[in-house]
Amino acid sequence: MEYNLLAGSSPHIRSSESTRKLMLDVIIALTPAAAAAVFFFGLNALLIIIVTVASCMVSEYISTRLMKKPSTISDLSAVVTGMLLAFNLSPSVPLWVAAIGGAFAVVIVKQLFGGLGHNFVNPALAARAFLMASWPVYMTTWQNPAADPISSATYAGADAVSSATPLAMLKMGAAADALPSLTDLFTGNVAGCIGETSVLALLIGAAYLLIKRVISIEIPAAFIGTVGVMTWIFGGDRLFTGSFLYHIMAGGLIIGAFFMATDYSTSPVTARGRIIMGVGCGLLTSVIRLYGGYPEGVSYSILLMNLVVPLIDRYMVPKSFGGVKVNA
Amino acid sequence: MINTLKRFKGGITASHHKKTSEFETVKIPLPSRVVIPMLQHIGAPCTPLVKKGDSVLVGQKIGDSDSMISAPVHSSVSGVVTDVRPMLYPGGFEVVSAEIEPDGQQKPDDSVVPVKAADREGIIKKIRESGIVGLGGAGFPTSVKLSPPPGKKLDTLIINGAECEPYITSDYREMMENSRRVLEGARILMELTQIPEAYIGIESNKPKAIQRLSELAREFNGIKVVSLPSRYPQGGEKQLIYAVTGRKVPAGGLPSHIGVLVHNVNTVSNIAEYISTGMPLIKKRVTVEGSAVAKPMNLEVLIGTSLKDVFEFCGGFKEKPAKIIMGGPMMGVAQFSLDNPVVKHTNALLALTDKEANTAREGVCIRCGKCVSACPMGLMPLYISANVELGRVEETLKYHLNDCIECGCCSYVCPASRYLVQSIRYAKAELKRRQTLKAGGGN
Repeated sequence: MEYNLLAGSSPHIRSSESTRKLMLDVIIALTPAAAAAVFFFGLNALLIIIVTVASCMVSEYISTRLMKKPSTISDLSAVVTGMLLAFNLSPSVPLWVAAIGGAFAVVIVKQLFGGLGHNFVNPALAARAFLMASWPVYMTTWQNPAADPISSATYAGADAVSSATPLAMLKMGAAADALPSLTDLFTGNVAGCIGETSVLALLIGAAYLLIKRVISIEIPAAFIGTVGVMTWIFGGDRLFTGSFLYHIMAGGLIIGAFFMATDYSTSPVTARGRIIMGVGCGLLTSVIRLYGGYPEGVSYSILLMNLVVPLIDRYMVPKSFGGVKVNA
Repeated sequence: MINTLKRFKGGITASHHKKTSEFETVKIPLPSRVVIPMLQHIGAPCTPLVKKGDSVLVGQKIGDSDSMISAPVHSSVSGVVTDVRPMLYPGGFEVVSAEIEPDGQQKPDDSVVPVKAADREGIIKKIRESGIVGLGGAGFPTSVKLSPPPGKKLDTLIINGAECEPYITSDYREMMENSRRVLEGARILMELTQIPEAYIGIESNKPKAIQRLSELAREFNGIKVVSLPSRYPQGGEKQLIYAVTGRKVPAGGLPSHIGVLVHNVNTVSNIAEYISTGMPLIKKRVTVEGSAVAKPMNLEVLIGTSLKDVFEFCGGFKEKPAKIIMGGPMMGVAQFSLDNPVVKHTNALLALTDKEANTAREGVCIRCGKCVSACPMGLMPLYISANVELGRVEETLKYHLNDCIECGCCSYVCPASRYLVQSIRYAKAELKRRQTLKAGGGN
């Protein structure tokens, strides 16, 4: 009986969890929203998703090769970044803009700062901000959902009707009856970014992530709760008259709260830290939406809060069980 | 039966793999050789009391120490001492050990007589002579815990029957096969320590043990059975105390600081047996399990029997083992030689296949925070590990390094297979080394 025995330190068993499986879960959770996007905005939406994912994966492969690092393509994180970026673009954005966005997200934001787990801001959101600054017209030309979604393939593209998003209409002071209905907001039958409009599809994906414990509830609950409270108090003509449901369902709040602000690399690791992150995002979003120049503030608020995550983690070192609190 | 008072935060729900639960304990035949190490406990090693060529009897003391924290060792066989020299110990280092060739007679030593003593101190002294140590796996000398530091008043005795590690069923078998003896042991300890209340904590995945001990406990005064959540590491001392009493052991403190005394079920049962027979600790129940083992079993093994003899008795290996573990898969010690002996605190021997051991390559931290939510001590393993990797070992103290109980939950859940608890162990060892250097730096 002679065997080569491994003599590592305990524990000797591991759960079957892996980075790849977590990323795959996120991809699965984003699928309903992708399907809704194709349904409402046509095959062009699908094409944009494919282009950003491909751009992210190719960029990941080339950059790891150039930096002589092991390839990280197989962990699927580039696919997640690609999908999230596409979800944050207008369905009428030119494909080359989408491709540049994917490359920026992976090369500049992720790989140059050390790759997976080391980016200090959300790659997809940083790329969106970069595209917004570079090609603002392309990024803010919106498309109405197809009147007849079944034949939407022929409807979409360069000829699409340009239209304002519900939040932009709200900002411009549109009358209540001119705004899309709450039902349309919930199903996603409104103008907006590819993956942000269908609250229903996003919530299905979010439920999947919560049940599979890929994400925890703290950030989304604190984020959405704060926006709800702030817009209810300050969003109307008088205090406490704001249409908070409208603010919660319109724009990028749902996708931002469940899929973007919960990004592992750029969110705190403790429950208390995550609540701070969520409340911070909610306050910033509300301030931008109600008092800022932009109709929408979700992505900038997340980017800003990303920057304070290291600080939050540093000051939120929990008290150990039976121990006293010390700040690291 | 009563329910858990408080649930600890964190922990993991690993598959229990307790398929040996209903396997009755089988006695393994007398081996052709036993190796008895002089150190089978936390504390000072013993000095051998025998030399090469001496004849020894079963239960004869063959090693002892004058040190306060230590426990004597005894021969598990009658026979002839063939060698006394440093030999490989299951902890991975060499310890002076006595090698004994059994004569097959198994004649007990004259010292083996039922324990009689006039007072409590006398019995506690006798218990030291039994060589009994904490049999849950830690191996802390039992008699030391029975004489708490002066000024500390103990009010609660907890008998640990949680057995939260996967695979192991040796505590469960003790509760099923020697139920009365477990309660008798608890009663003896209550008397010795003047503690009025005792609780036997058992995880809810062992309903039969809970039922049997609850029924028997009615015959005893002040002993209650507590059903605990089946969540690892429920059997960790601090988590167990919290579950039963709602009290938290202060960081860096001992259970005695909050009036609690904790002993494992096998420990108390062995105390009861020792009091009634006088036979010191010379045998152990060992669960033999893992996918590579041909016939998983619960065995009664004489201390000093080689791992090779134990596995051969279980039909050898049906698959190539990747890891042999003494103890549970979460906190046990990997063995690299099958010549190592079974020692006092061996409660399981596992032969895991490569697939079971899941020896994945270490990836990069994705900051998912799963280690933080899994840590039953409320620590941030990712930051300790990150600081260790950067060589900033002192920095880890800010993350409460020394509160880590090394349960392994963080490494278990990590999707990137990072060596989290391993880096914590490294940091602890490195800090200790630096302290020693500093202390010795004056000359």
